[in-house]
Amino acid sequence: MSGLAIVLMLFGLGLIAWLSGRARAAQLERVTPAAAVRPHSRPQYHGWYVALWTILPALAFLSVWSALSPGLAVQAVLADPAAASLPDNEFVRSAIIGEARQLATGQIAQGFNPQSAALVEPFRTAISRYSTIGVVIALILAFAGAAWSFTRLKRDFRARTRVERVVMLLLLAASLVAILTTFGIVFSLLFESIRFFDRVPVTDFLFGTHWSPVSGNEDPDLFGAIPLFWGTILIGAVIAMIVAIPLGLMTAIYLTQYAPARVRSWLKPTIEVLAGVPTVVYGFFAALTVGPALRSLADALGIAGASSDSALAAGLVMGIMIIPLVSSMADDSIAAVPSAMRDGSLALGATPSETIRKVLIPAALPGVMGGVLLAVSRAVGETMIVVMAAGQSANLTGNPFSSVTTVTVQIVKLMTGDQEFESAKTLAAFALGLVLFIVTLMLNIVALRIVKRFRESYE
Amino acid sequence: MTTEPNTAPKMTARGVNVFYGDKQAIDDVSIDVYRDHVTAFIGPSGCGKSTFLRTLNRMNDTVAGARVTGDIRLDGEDIYAPEMDVVQLRARVGMVFQKPNPFPKSIFDNVAYGPKIHGLATSKSELEGIVESALTRAGLWGEVKDRLQDSGTALSGGQQQRLCIARAIAVDPETVLMDEPCSALDPIATAKIEELIHELRGRYAIVIVTHNMQQAARVSQRTAFFHLGKIVEYGATTDIFTNPREERTKDYITGRYG
Ligand SMILES: Nc1ncnc2c1ncn2[C@@H]1O[C@H](COP(=O)(O)OP(=O)(O)OP(=O)(O)O)[C@@H](O)[C@H]1O
Ligand SMILES: [Mg+2]
Repeated sequence: MSGLAIVLMLFGLGLIAWLSGRARAAQLERVTPAAAVRPHSRPQYHGWYVALWTILPALAFLSVWSALSPGLAVQAVLADPAAASLPDNEFVRSAIIGEARQLATGQIAQGFNPQSAALVEPFRTAISRYSTIGVVIALILAFAGAAWSFTRLKRDFRARTRVERVVMLLLLAASLVAILTTFGIVFSLLFESIRFFDRVPVTDFLFGTHWSPVSGNEDPDLFGAIPLFWGTILIGAVIAMIVAIPLGLMTAIYLTQYAPARVRSWLKPTIEVLAGVPTVVYGFFAALTVGPALRSLADALGIAGASSDSALAAGLVMGIMIIPLVSSMADDSIAAVPSAMRDGSLALGATPSETIRKVLIPAALPGVMGGVLLAVSRAVGETMIVVMAAGQSANLTGNPFSSVTTVTVQIVKLMTGDQEFESAKTLAAFALGLVLFIVTLMLNIVALRIVKRFRESYE
Repeated sequence: MTTEPNTAPKMTARGVNVFYGDKQAIDDVSIDVYRDHVTAFIGPSGCGKSTFLRTLNRMNDTVAGARVTGDIRLDGEDIYAPEMDVVQLRARVGMVFQKPNPFPKSIFDNVAYGPKIHGLATSKSELEGIVESALTRAGLWGEVKDRLQDSGTALSGGQQQRLCIARAIAVDPETVLMDEPCSALDPIATAKIEELIHELRGRYAIVIVTHNMQQAARVSQRTAFFHLGKIVEYGATTDIFTNPREERTKDYITGRYG
């Protein structure tokens, strides 16, 4: 029986449970004379109560079971006499078992490894046995839940309250999914990074100035990430911000202080739409238009070391990409400054631009700073534009016309193409990912704190 | 104290109308404001007191959709004339708002703000002098002289309001408009502000909007009663409160209105 069929069946049972719970409650309402106390919950809620008890325990069991049963099946197969002849090498063994599983479930028709054929039958038996066990237990749970909850229905049973609680728990579970997934990601990053740091000391990685990972070479001198950090900072925190902060701020000032309602009503959404343009589109623009143009400019100016993949090309375009983020954060913070501040300043005979410079911006500064930090965090983690336009060479240079590389670019490079999971070269990608994660996390925390404190101060 | 002014009016308004979009908020209002007299605007909520007050320093310009017609003069100068510099006008006609609104800057910088933008001081010591004298006139100097660098927003509500008054008088205006300056304050802070208004009288023409009849009677020499966008009655405060000509005025000040 396939998983989908079981789930559908459970929902079918749930529907029956709902109908019978509701019918039961309606009946209870009828048998007692109308003069008695009004029932606590309407019949639907009794229906929902029974239905939830029918479906949820069984579903919960099934999800746990589906995680456990493959392992149990493998255990069963290994216990089979046919598995006795398997080679000892862990890696080969798991390859054979994996193949046998795919044969048994019909995902592939022909095994590459002759030994896997012998395991197909035991695998099939084990899988079907465990899936039958799972279905039976799930059904038992469904019926037990239904029966138990059904017996609890009474005229004054508070089904509505119970259902409300379940709804609340479901919502809570939904909101935890993202957080738990993030934890999972962090742990896997951490785990792989630790394996990397077994091979390359943390200090060599964080403070080394030479980056050129080669397959099969674990020399710590090749894993100095400083050039990547520098490239990331140069593009994301320096060049992009030089573009995005003034333009974003001026946009926000125009929108909040000068733009007539009519202009604002189309300009603001238009700018916000820009935030939704896929970064790969900006990447094209950076790589095909801005990069070559800057290169010709540098050549014309006689600047040495210019490349068409340059920090400047990537940074400028990234700055443009980030403008909507900065301007909408700045817009929010300026709008959050009470209009009494503005009126107070205007009433003293300050001009609008004096008011903006001397009252509004200083008052909105913490919020603007928070927005800038969020923007930096976004820029530092941005991948597509730099992959397409910043180049690959790990140069430690201050010349914005030359090619640099960033953390994200190197992660992409290390994780694509030929890769062996055990090599320091591949594991380095996880270490870089971890650094990136920690840095952006801190930036976000600090930024959100600042923004929050700022909001509070005007409430 | 005379009940009839013997000087030329500081500000005159003739046939003033204010519209918010299509809605008329002020309807043909004419009034004279004198330098030596505190003028109080009273009237039920929504009758247009704040709206009219804001026409006197053109703060209505900052309200989208607001339109003012009629003739308003400051010392005989048409303040709605095209050649009028609004920024200069607001330096001459200061304003104190209903809710204290100090800038999130130090006490010193709050008061120094106006003088700085208008270039009233040529040196740091001159600026300090202006700040000190404004704070002194606002009755706040003694309380804050040791903490001028503290944030203005850290003061109590009453102190904040006096700071805002100090801020307004630091640019040496000719007229000070106050829109319910005490409505957010407790009785003690209110009494301080009223005392301050007494002291400032004669130096600046003062117009105060208030919902508090006793306050109007205590601080003002002239009172205008607004109703539905019009002035129902305007005259010496003593007359308005003891011997109103209009039935509506009488109902309002005796609390029988509405
Ligand atoms: N910005 C605005 N846009 C549109 N209508 C406004 C605006 N400000 C005030 N009004 C309207 O103009 C009329 C007068 O308002 P105003 O604030 O001047 O009354 P007020 O006498 O000061 O009232 P209160 O005593 O409650 O402060 C009211 O009907 C109000 O709804
Ligand atoms: Mg008002």
